Amino acid sequence: MPPIARRWYPDPVSQVPIHPGLFTLPGDPRGPRLLAARCPSCAGLHFPAGETCPYCGTDGCREEAIGAEGRLWLWTAVRTAPPGYRGPVPYGFGVVDLPEGLRIVSRLASAEVERLREGQAVDLVIEPLFTNDAGDEVLSFAYAPREAR
Amino acid sequence: MKGGRAVHVAGVGLHPFGRFDGKDVTRLGQHAVREALAEAGVGRGGFGAAFCGTVYTGVAAGHKVLSGLGLSGVPIVNVEAGCASGGAALSLGAAAIASGQHDRVLVFGMEKMPRGIIRSSFFPPWCEEAGLSPAPAYFALRARRLMLESGVTREHLARVSVKNHANGVDNPFAMFRKPFTTEQVLASQVVCDPLTLYMLCSPNEGAAAVVLSCEPGPVGPPVRVLASVLRSHRPGSVLGEHTPMSGLPGAEPPTPTETAAREAWEQAGIDPRDLDLAEVQDTDSGREILSVEELGLCERGGGGRFVEDGVGERTGRLPVNPSGGLLSKGEPLGASALGQVVELAWQLRGSAGPRQVEGARLALGHTVGRGANASVVVLGR
Repeated sequence: MPPIARRWYPDPVSQVPIHPGLFTLPGDPRGPRLLAARCPSCAGLHFPAGETCPYCGTDGCREEAIGAEGRLWLWTAVRTAPPGYRGPVPYGFGVVDLPEGLRIVSRLASAEVERLREGQAVDLVIEPLFTNDAGDEVLSFAYAPREAR
Repeated sequence: MKGGRAVHVAGVGLHPFGRFDGKDVTRLGQHAVREALAEAGVGRGGFGAAFCGTVYTGVAAGHKVLSGLGLSGVPIVNVEAGCASGGAALSLGAAAIASGQHDRVLVFGMEKMPRGIIRSSFFPPWCEEAGLSPAPAYFALRARRLMLESGVTREHLARVSVKNHANGVDNPFAMFRKPFTTEQVLASQVVCDPLTLYMLCSPNEGAAAVVLSCEPGPVGPPVRVLASVLRSHRPGSVLGEHTPMSGLPGAEPPTPTETAAREAWEQAGIDPRDLDLAEVQDTDSGREILSVEELGLCERGGGGRFVEDGVGERTGRLPVNPSGGLLSKGEPLGASALGQVVELAWQLRGSAGPRQVEGARLALGHTVGRGANASVVVLGR
């Protein structure tokens, strides 16, 4: 019996976050969340999470996983890749109000500005934005309009 | 200025705003400095300190300008405050005169901007990779908010651009001197909806200089600096020019423009309703409307109505950017605020030629940008 030809399997694509500590990774039991931080003194939330509160200067802010969904406040679309950007164009860009009490600047999963509207429900997605020089898929966050999915 | 000696604009100089390949930023600055010193009748030993505003020029920018003219030896302070760099330099110079520290100072600013969308060392690299850094997109979000909250329409945005480009036709120091129709502005390429290409200013090159003195200069009716204020942002607003990734909903803190304006009216002892003209930040046409609102030149939420009523037209009650603004001049960061001051000095002297606002006695200059920084200047005669 002839030897079985060895089949070639691609290496499983590895995925890396665009920056550590911004959001939960695929497989996290909490689901897609942004990693914000809450101040122990003024209770204000901020993102990305840092040790010190940007509103009152208190140390010891605690991480909170938030932002699974929100409401769109403001939006536009970027049509020309800005310097340093490594994802596709056009892409949506906007401000989302989170029910936890935070306004987030975010990429939007839709660049169809004429279909976006104030108060529209949006959901957080953690998805590949580009492939880096090492061949890894680089994950970033965006908000996707619920109706458009 | 309140609580100190009078501060006079004793001489002004301006290098045109545009693109000048083969001419380095030091020479641009020297052109403006030489003009201002000549007009003030001042040479080496004639000023006690120099303040230079610039953003992209690098180490010892002001020193290079003055070294090349044989004018070094005095303290030279280089100041970076984003779009308000020239205003920051002016506030330091004005304070030095008002306090009696110096009798005459030189204030100048210059810039040679990189081409295209401005790359800034402000953002961490991941923000740029993730697409969260482009300035026009932030401009567009602020314009969208004006559409939601201030009754601003796309036609209003276009009309601001039409006004400023029409004004710029008469300004030999402007980069763009071609008039546009509302239809042409609306039909130009969409950069970041609702903003089209002709609603956005172009980064460019230029320089401006003023000599401040405790006494009037030799040229024209005396023009005084009544207020020169710099403020930074307070935290909390997601749309602030400090471009945070997040902010708090609900009541927003006053913007740096609002806090600088309040302090400026106090310092100058004026009512802003008495202003005869204003040069305000118009990096995009939405920004001009927002500037007018934040400065209190109309009520909050009244921006659409302000444009609709033609208040800021050259023939209106309060001409806004009669120079053509940054939309027609272009924006060389370090020079833009002092470029306004030079223009306002000409207006108050009655020497602004076809751009002249008749009988102008009280004038406002305003810039705001990265940092965040906002600068408000009041000049009077």
